[in-house]
Amino acid sequence: MGADRIAQAFAACAKEGRAAFVGYLMADDPTPDISLGNIQALAAAGADVIELGAPFTDPMADGVAIQKAAQRALAAGGSLSGTLEIARRFRIVNTSTPLIVMGYANPIHRMGFSEFARRAAEAGVDGVITVDLPPEEDAPLRTELARNGLAVIRLATPTTTEGRMARVADGAAGFVYYVSVAGVTGAGVGAEADIAAGVNRARKASNLPVAVGFGVRTPDQAAVFARIADGVVVGSALVEEVRAAVESGQPESSVNRISVVAEALSNAISSARTLRSVH
Amino acid sequence: MTAAPRPNTWSQWPDANGRFGEFGGRYVAETLMPLVLDLEAEYARAKADPAFDAEFQDLLKNYVGRPSPMYFAERLTEHFGGAKIYFKREELNHTGAHKINNCVGQVLLARRMGKTRIIAETGAGQHGVATATVCARFGLPCVVFMGETDVERQKPNVFRMRLLGAEVMPVSSGTGTLKDAMNEALRDWVTNVANTFYVIGTVAGPHPYPMLVRDFQSVIGREAKQQILEAEGRLPDALVACIGGGSNAIGLFHPFLEDEGVRMIGVEASGFGVETGKHAASLSGGQPGILHGNRTYLLQDENGQITDAHSISAGLDYPGIGPEHSFLHETGRAEYRTCTDAEALEAFQLCSRLEGIIPALESAHALARTGEIAKELGPDGLIVVNLSGRGDKDIFSVAKHLGMEI
Ligand SMILES: Cc1ncc(COP(=O)(O)O)c(C=O)c1O
Repeated sequence: MGADRIAQAFAACAKEGRAAFVGYLMADDPTPDISLGNIQALAAAGADVIELGAPFTDPMADGVAIQKAAQRALAAGGSLSGTLEIARRFRIVNTSTPLIVMGYANPIHRMGFSEFARRAAEAGVDGVITVDLPPEEDAPLRTELARNGLAVIRLATPTTTEGRMARVADGAAGFVYYVSVAGVTGAGVGAEADIAAGVNRARKASNLPVAVGFGVRTPDQAAVFARIADGVVVGSALVEEVRAAVESGQPESSVNRISVVAEALSNAISSARTLRSVH
Repeated sequence: MTAAPRPNTWSQWPDANGRFGEFGGRYVAETLMPLVLDLEAEYARAKADPAFDAEFQDLLKNYVGRPSPMYFAERLTEHFGGAKIYFKREELNHTGAHKINNCVGQVLLARRMGKTRIIAETGAGQHGVATATVCARFGLPCVVFMGETDVERQKPNVFRMRLLGAEVMPVSSGTGTLKDAMNEALRDWVTNVANTFYVIGTVAGPHPYPMLVRDFQSVIGREAKQQILEAEGRLPDALVACIGGGSNAIGLFHPFLEDEGVRMIGVEASGFGVETGKHAASLSGGQPGILHGNRTYLLQDENGQITDAHSISAGLDYPGIGPEHSFLHETGRAEYRTCTDAEALEAFQLCSRLEGIIPALESAHALARTGEIAKELGPDGLIVVNLSGRGDKDIFSVAKHLGMEI
């Protein structure tokens, strides 16, 4: 449960000598039922951890792909409550894959930090990433989450200096999410050497696993990051499959599309360090 | 013996964490956090550097045209038949509004920090024009984010910005208004952290912005205090200003905060009326929340989604308000009233006819509440209204609302 489920997932990957595949999808995109099908497909295709985006009207850290996903979700009646409902339904059929809610502060603030923490725990959520709650501002939420056994997952970025990394690590739980590039989600990807240096800064400051995200789109890119970090986060590339399905007029086809893309990513991440083929 | 703790003063805020009571703070993504901490440190050094202030004052005087006059609005006073009404004439500043005071200050800070590219958000285009102007003056490339809807309704200002050499980026995300422009500016900033300085146009954003914008705008209140003492030999009974994010209001109010006898009245835009849900009155019709870097009153639904603001005035069309105003509201130090689109249109025409001054639609919101305040105070009363900008930019949309062709 909670932070423990996250730790177990990363430990299992480490034991297999591979990085964890962390997949992101927006809750309620394009509808609650299809969204649930999509995250189940993502888990079945090999995602070790799932990040469930909570839609927000003003996602200022997100690029166009996730902005549009949030708008589709909101148009379908999505909300933070809806996100927790997706989590609850997922937990009924899957008790092993950690679920992280990723979103913005205002919907959580509006629900109330303690109410949110209680309901998230009840729904089977294990950790929370709040993009606009930096370490300096997350204490009120962190306290409530900790009371319910949930992890606050902190972001570290290329602008997080060695000195500041200690601040990020202090109070972090689950894993450290290293943002590969100064930018919004779905933007270009940073240089490999810079990312490796950033991951090392994070590792020096924290004993938690370090996952790298932002800008990872292809299996080849995922493989590169899988050699550097303990986990690889893919978001926009998966969300784009939902967009393509919606635009094709067959939104339910997103389940198959996500299975295909996620399997390729999962295989690339699993085999990245062994360099030999699975067969 | 230990000294008694210093009593709280109104002007001591924000605290070390950038808070005004429960409002403010630094709610930004980690990528931006080191930058806002840097900005805070650099601003503290600039404030302690007499050379910085000397350059700021010189530009305010010779480039902006300060001090702006304090004008006795005799016919408006007569018309309302109550307190004496003075205008603090920010509309006479270079570029036609108070916005440039802040732009000069922030661009000087950017230069001090070695930043080589300026970005800004704008609603009515006044802040965009002011930023583009100061950037032209200093040879800095300038990118202004502006919602698509606003690009359409503020064409003259879009042209002005381009004439001044700025790049205007129409923003189509969300509803294409000021909040979306601010989101896009934040996205640009997070992507171009090394060389870019974000010039925020009002007392919003993460700490230290609400503080430094206020400090740069406080020249309004400092001048006003001296001018009204010279003209009337006493402090005013009330200060009145319109509120978009709240920069012209806090600029006027702040130097008077310790003068307990001076009432402060901010006027929010209530569009079609607060009860219709189509308005921009964050204090009168919103709840505390977190957006664009600070905790403050916001227009939002029961799920914490930000709702669209509406005002006839693009400069007031924002679903939030500066955190210091939320604080002054909750503590009761300042009062906040509202003004509808229709009332603003009426005041716009009244001021034009009676005083020969065409006010900005934003400022017309403050003027619309001035009559009743003048009556409340009676003939012995004394009011200073912030005439934050001139209305040339608004003549097209006003004509349309009045059903006239130009
Ligand atoms: C003339 C004028 N007054 C007021 C405002 C509102 O901003 P603030 O509340 O920050 O003064 C604007 C904004 O564009 C403006 O142009």
